[in-house]
Amino acid sequence: MNTRRIALGGIALAGLVAFAASATLSGAAEYKVEDEAIKASLTGKAGDAGNGKKVFLNRKKGNCLACHVVASLKDQPFHGQVGPPLDGTASRWKEGELRLRIVNSKIVNKDTIMPAFHRAEGLHRVLKKFKGKTVLSAQEVEDVLAYVMTMKE
Amino acid sequence: MKRKALVLAGVGAAALAVPSVMTFAAEDFGKYQVGDTRSGYTFAKVETRAIQDDDFENPGMLWVEHGEEVWETVDGKAGKSCKSCHADASDTMKNVGSTYPVFAKDIGKLENVENRINRCRTDNMKAKPWKYDSRDMLGVVSYVKRQSFGQPMNVKIDGGAASWFKKGEEFYNQRRGQLDMACKHCHVDNAGNMIRANTLSQGQGNGFPTYRLKWQKPGSLHRRFRGCNKQVRAKPYKTGTDEYLALELYVMWRGQGLPVETPAVRN
Repeated sequence: MNTRRIALGGIALAGLVAFAASATLSGAAEYKVEDEAIKASLTGKAGDAGNGKKVFLNRKKGNCLACHVVASLKDQPFHGQVGPPLDGTASRWKEGELRLRIVNSKIVNKDTIMPAFHRAEGLHRVLKKFKGKTVLSAQEVEDVLAYVMTMKE
Repeated sequence: MKRKALVLAGVGAAALAVPSVMTFAAEDFGKYQVGDTRSGYTFAKVETRAIQDDDFENPGMLWVEHGEEVWETVDGKAGKSCKSCHADASDTMKNVGSTYPVFAKDIGKLENVENRINRCRTDNMKAKPWKYDSRDMLGVVSYVKRQSFGQPMNVKIDGGAASWFKKGEEFYNQRRGQLDMACKHCHVDNAGNMIRANTLSQGQGNGFPTYRLKWQKPGSLHRRFRGCNKQVRAKPYKTGTDEYLALELYVMWRGQGLPVETPAVRN
């Protein structure tokens, strides 16, 4: 909640300073894609796997189990079948590759159903309350990534 | 209640014996499947299907009955009821549910049953139009569509309807909302897969107005569109608008050959 307020404050401030340049209103952090990966942390900080698990499970945030099965989370009900199971995913992918897939999977898989969790622009008819906002903050992406990186074979 | 518990126990036993996905592949859905086209009925739980199948248990039938009463009730300054002009609905309305929405030449646009009823009310009955998902509207739409019960869906997409069909198809495949999903990502690419506790269906429209257990009442297809749009965090359109009319035509066309099920029951 705190981070969202700070982000909103930032947006409002940017709006005052550069009213015409709507590109600067973006709620997403900048990043560089190379070798189908985002190699650097979005925040420059390491992720917190403990918080990442919370964000991963939160139905208003990552809601990752809506689409993915994770065997180690079998105490949680209703794992979806839309995406691949995530067990052992950290043994199959490098950290930067997974970061890219959380940030915006469509960069490498154009037709995927998977939402971009850190993208605020180029979207069609976004509901007002989500407009200009990313599903997850940059640090939440890093936290979820840290948690996913614990899913080794 | 006792009966429901028995059915549930049956489902439980089946689930223990065979994984549900395999049950799907082996199951014969009869008229509810035409080629690869499957009614939402085939994705519904056994106990939900049982409620739909029994006219006395199907709560949507209460709206059909209400619609029949309204059909015969005079309203508006012209002193007419639906029946005054359309007489016996089982005769005059028997192909409506399977063929709408249609391109109406006299107004030069696509029209669904709801909008056609309101045009009749304002122009011919000199009565106030109904709100889209009001009890009277849902009742008469359910009653009218019920007259096509069991008939295969057969909408026209040529002539004046062609451009509407194209718009509907574009809508269906257009990503939208913060979650950036198009209709097709769930209802074509992932039909049959579980998303959370629900099985994604093909999103067919042949059972509308559909009684949703979640709503505890029937709702229009456009209401369902709004719900879907909001779930992907997209701004919905208003019910009855051109965008949803076009989408309705495309969705109904996807279900060509499926029987009209009004009122279907879903979770």
